[in-house]
Amino acid sequence: MPSLRDYRDRIKSVKSTKKITSAMKMVAASKLRKAQEQAEASQPYAQAMSEMLSRVAANVVINESSSKLLAGTGSDKRHLLVVVTADRGLCGGFNANLVKKAIARIQELTTEGKEVSVLCVGRKGRDSLKRGYSGLIAQSFIGLMGSSRVEYADASKVTDYILDEFEAGNFDVCSLIYNEFVSVLTQKPTVNQLIPFALPEASEEASEDDDDAKAEQVSPYDFEPEEERILEALLPRNLGVQIFRALLDSAAGEQAARMTAMDNSTRNAGEMIDGLTLEYNRARQAHITKELIEIISGAEAV
Amino acid sequence: MTQINFELVSPEARLVSEPVDMIIIPGEEGKFGVMAGHASLVASLKAGIVELYKEKDGEPQKIFIAGGFADVTAENCSVLAEEAINVADLDPAKLEKQLKELRHDLELAEEASDKARLQRHIVMTEAKISAKAA
Repeated sequence: MPSLRDYRDRIKSVKSTKKITSAMKMVAASKLRKAQEQAEASQPYAQAMSEMLSRVAANVVINESSSKLLAGTGSDKRHLLVVVTADRGLCGGFNANLVKKAIARIQELTTEGKEVSVLCVGRKGRDSLKRGYSGLIAQSFIGLMGSSRVEYADASKVTDYILDEFEAGNFDVCSLIYNEFVSVLTQKPTVNQLIPFALPEASEEASEDDDDAKAEQVSPYDFEPEEERILEALLPRNLGVQIFRALLDSAAGEQAARMTAMDNSTRNAGEMIDGLTLEYNRARQAHITKELIEIISGAEAV
Repeated sequence: MTQINFELVSPEARLVSEPVDMIIIPGEEGKFGVMAGHASLVASLKAGIVELYKEKDGEPQKIFIAGGFADVTAENCSVLAEEAINVADLDPAKLEKQLKELRHDLELAEEASDKARLQRHIVMTEAKISAKAA
């Protein structure tokens, strides 16, 4: 049976753990707010970009000569997976779930006979994938999201790498695997195909309703230079925006996941302390009772 | 005089959003001015200066952009730029120094991709310097 001192030590250690987890929770909460603000600030650009893309796309016919980013290389043999995780742990199942998803995707593609290479963004994903899939990792980017904010310039490094590799003809299809920020409580591992890029098709729905209205809406646009060239310039930018948004989502999701995880730990620690205190008091009482019995029976014996 | 709503957005934030009289935009095929009632237009832009004319005969506010796109309708004009900075905030001495360093790096660079990247930076820095001088 543990002594009173053992109980006291346990309670003390759990208490100090609780202090740490509750501090981490508060830090995560304030970082989460910042990350969410940043995600919101990036909204107008992404929105304007997708509006412009659909406008241009409505006027462009996709054919063989279109940009490869749109039309693909004509093959889907070699895949590049961009796996976005956090740099740090202690955030619940955030990284583990994403890596699970990535591994499932890798296995799916390899059984189909495709060649897979992986681009890791974030230390945790790289470390987990290194076990068992180290041969597939083509490149890793670490420390893009560690600091308080995600810089667009950092996201561009990833974009530039992907574009360079694509130009060099090292892969045919590129997809992005990241944690989508659904709410503070939910982050959903999501697979998003980047190359070849699927154009938004909102305008086609409109055409079914009213052909005349569509013609009126679309045709008055002037393009300078011509549509195809704008599209060619837009597509790499759009790739950059997609990646930047994935990083922002992931950064916000990481903090949210950490906040939830640390909230749970703090609560568990509290429950543990209550339980231990109860046991401690019980043991102390038993000790006192035992001493009393000893004294009384000693006195009776006299 | 009717004004046009001007918006300047970068990936990280919405930088400007206000009604203005006229905007001069550095289009890829030449500068063009936009006022209220302009025909709808989508244009790609080169690195250069966006000038905002807010009041009659006033000095324009000058903003340097590192290329981007413009989306113009009769009431709105939005400019998407990856990098934007007030011309007043550009520091020529610092830029010259940066340019020197970049040129030095370019001499040392071996890989083609590094060279291309540095070349892009150099062009951008030169554009900033000439924007300041103009």
